[in-house]
Amino acid sequence: MENVQEQTVDQPKKKSKWNQILKEKWLYFMVLPGLIYFILFKYVPMWGIVIAFQDYSPFLGVWESEWVGFEHFQYFFSNPDFLRLLRNTFILALYDLVFFFPAPIILSLMLNEIRLSFYKRTLQTLVYVPHFMSWVIIASVSYVFLTTGGGVVNELLSGLIGKEVNFLSSPDWFRPMIIGQIMWKETGWGTVIFLAALASVDQEQYEAAIVDGAGRFRRLWHVTLPALRSTIVILLILRLGNFLDTGFQQIYLMSNSLNRSVADVFDTYVYFVGITEGAFSYSTAVGLFKSIVGIVLIVGADRLAKKVGESGLF
Amino acid sequence: MHRMHNTGPGRVFDIFNHVFLAIVGIVTVVPFLYVVGGSFATESELATRSFFIIPNEITTNAYDYIFSTNAVLRSLGVSILVTVVGTVISMILTLTMAYPLSRKTMVGRNLILNLILFSMLFSGGMIPTYLLVKGLGLLDSIWALILPLAINPFNLIIVKTFFQQLPEELEDASKIDGCTEFQTFWRVMLPLSKPVIATFTLFYAVFYWNDFFQALLYLTDTTKWPIQLLLQQLVMVANTGLGDLQEASLYEPPEESVKLAVIVVATVPILLFYPFLQKHFAKGVMLGSVKG
Repeated sequence: MENVQEQTVDQPKKKSKWNQILKEKWLYFMVLPGLIYFILFKYVPMWGIVIAFQDYSPFLGVWESEWVGFEHFQYFFSNPDFLRLLRNTFILALYDLVFFFPAPIILSLMLNEIRLSFYKRTLQTLVYVPHFMSWVIIASVSYVFLTTGGGVVNELLSGLIGKEVNFLSSPDWFRPMIIGQIMWKETGWGTVIFLAALASVDQEQYEAAIVDGAGRFRRLWHVTLPALRSTIVILLILRLGNFLDTGFQQIYLMSNSLNRSVADVFDTYVYFVGITEGAFSYSTAVGLFKSIVGIVLIVGADRLAKKVGESGLF
Repeated sequence: MHRMHNTGPGRVFDIFNHVFLAIVGIVTVVPFLYVVGGSFATESELATRSFFIIPNEITTNAYDYIFSTNAVLRSLGVSILVTVVGTVISMILTLTMAYPLSRKTMVGRNLILNLILFSMLFSGGMIPTYLLVKGLGLLDSIWALILPLAINPFNLIIVKTFFQQLPEELEDASKIDGCTEFQTFWRVMLPLSKPVIATFTLFYAVFYWNDFFQALLYLTDTTKWPIQLLLQQLVMVANTGLGDLQEASLYEPPEESVKLAVIVVATVPILLFYPFLQKHFAKGVMLGSVKG
């Protein structure tokens, strides 16, 4: 019975679907170039992942190359590189979370206390600038400043403490340098979203707090910070979702043979092993591992967001 | 309420706050000022003075040198070409895809949206993409700098959300006037989207101008290098001078100031954009915080 009913209902529905499509054929015509882009440049490479399970040879191609199953994964997990990459990625992400993440929040709160609108606007204009510079520019400026034998910072250091510090090629300085660069480049830009959130705080709440005798810091604690809460939570969760994505371009630019022990992360490893050494299948397997862990983190972060009562990412 | 807290600890905080923020502003900008100043300084001044913003003796030697070489001019040309062509292509693809996806009546819309969403979560990765670009015959072509990243899915979703927010009555009205979907898009929707178009044109332009990694991956032909990759090789890769990259060197290169001058040349176009950027990007970012 039910089946029959469904069929009779389905028939005209299908027809109207086609009518709808025909009526809006322009929409499909418009969406087509973009769709081709996604299929060609996003989905074809996903299919290309099969080479992670092969001994891919460029001469034989994907169809002819020999299948090896999980051999590359097994090799990777038993390789000492694996733990080193995991540790480096993890520590950089942790540094990022602890040092960089709060910086735009603090800067926004401080900027928000400035009442001279000209001074505030000038400051904002200045601190936004580095966001629009490429990582090559940021890295080049860092080289010029930090290099030994002529770099500005080292000239000042040798004047002050009588010795130079080899920032650029010392493993000890790599992580602080990376986090310092991110803070320099992105802290100002990061304030945009928090300042917008602060601008939408109801002024009456401040007035009510003043009437209740709340001092400046109590107002900050009880009115301003709660207003930022949902923005902070969402950004924190987004950050957790992208935990493995430590800025590839930046790390590539700042790493060299002397600091590689702490600088190598999954992405740079894929580049060096895959592109420069030509181990296509192995590095695809490494990339796939990273993608899968990444997707688990993002989905987990989304769940977490919903659990703490935010609307989630999707 | 602004003038209410001029007392005791509040006052101390205000002073501290102003001073601290001034330092933040200075620390942000001073490195760039040094680079600009240094690019106009003589080599001997760069070698002897540890820090300055205005050189004692101003010279344009570094610029004379870099503009006498083919390498810098040529790579500036490549960067301008990639930025202009790439931005136009990206904007066309983004707008034409975002508009249909903003129409709730479109059959198959959710399927396409999910396809896009999934591609944001999971990707084939560097090597399969490289093999695709190679397979398409795009290695050593400037199209390799544009096509693989032509649509930024985040931008696409934001533009889609923007179209969605425009009142539906507008579409209905233009349909009654006999417009096709495309005419509605072109004559009604686009003129209403100027702030969005400005924001994302600038975002894409900045992206194309700043990219070096696509070029590093896909271009071995040094004559097609964009300025960012040239700069990276010049400053960061030991023993690469412009001399290696150009056919004939007219002068002995003033090494240090040349590096600084190339940094300036690679930055100036973004700074020219900056006033326009600043006007629009706050709005663009706000759009971004609206959920799709």
